[in-house]
Amino acid sequence: MTVERFPVEEGAILLFARAVGDPNLVYSDAGYAATTEVGGLIAPPTFIQSSAQFDPDYPLRPKLGQAWFGSGRTPTGRSAGTEGASGGGGTKRGTGLHAEQEYEYHRLVRPGDVLRSETRPGKRWEKQGRSGKLVFSESITEYRDEKGELVVTARSVGVITEAPVSREES
Amino acid sequence: MALQAATTTVGDNREMSLVEDLTRTQIVQYAGASGDFNPLHTDEVYAKQVAGYPTVFAHGMLTMGMTARVLTDWVGDGRLLRYGARFIKQVWPGDTLTARAEVTAVREVDGQPVADFTVVTRNQADEAVLTGTATARLDP
Repeated sequence: MTVERFPVEEGAILLFARAVGDPNLVYSDAGYAATTEVGGLIAPPTFIQSSAQFDPDYPLRPKLGQAWFGSGRTPTGRSAGTEGASGGGGTKRGTGLHAEQEYEYHRLVRPGDVLRSETRPGKRWEKQGRSGKLVFSESITEYRDEKGELVVTARSVGVITEAPVSREES
Repeated sequence: MALQAATTTVGDNREMSLVEDLTRTQIVQYAGASGDFNPLHTDEVYAKQVAGYPTVFAHGMLTMGMTARVLTDWVGDGRLLRYGARFIKQVWPGDTLTARAEVTAVREVDGQPVADFTVVTRNQADEAVLTGTATARLDP
């Protein structure tokens, strides 16, 4: 998976900081941010996750003209034949959950940055949980700026479960 | 003001209230900001009837994003070198979350002082929902 162009925008940072309930003005007030050590607006530590907005194939966003697996007239728009086919969703037979996330910061992310990310698969392992088999898979994403310099390295671990779980067992 | 190595000791800690009575609307707000519209988080009908959960639950990344504040308010803006988290238990609408960060080491990397932290976020039942670690650049 590759995100060719992830423009980091001031408004997007503001909305993200609001969503995570962080009132620090270094994320939203350019005048204030200019007076701080970092010298201008920066993105919060987990903002980079919103690069999904710029991934044309991101499966967890409804897309024009395509069936969505959330509810509409019926509880799911996904027909029985395709149940469980796409990643990240959930069915009584299994749920894709986010188990772990890690970021390594090489430099600050700021409005005006235009990033590119590339994701590669990492390790894969299985565990037996109380409600069935748990399959873990790791992916590594590198975010680079227009000069090709590394900005953030992210490591994500997802887990596919056989049944709905309370997260304790992962 | 950033944290200073000279006045930072292993065991130093901070606690912060992150959210009281988490709303479904905040979960949806995070979906919009992050782009992750997984109906497990945004669609009560789907979460209950299709996925078999009691209701929708928060993105692990919402908890991780909220938890970051206990670190950044303490170490200073833009000081994190690394931040990682494991999602231990689901966070549900109505939950009240408190994060606690603690210094586990003060050391030097390439002549620069840094501190390592553990972080844990707990719900109103005192159950850990997220555990993590971080490293931040300090002033001397």
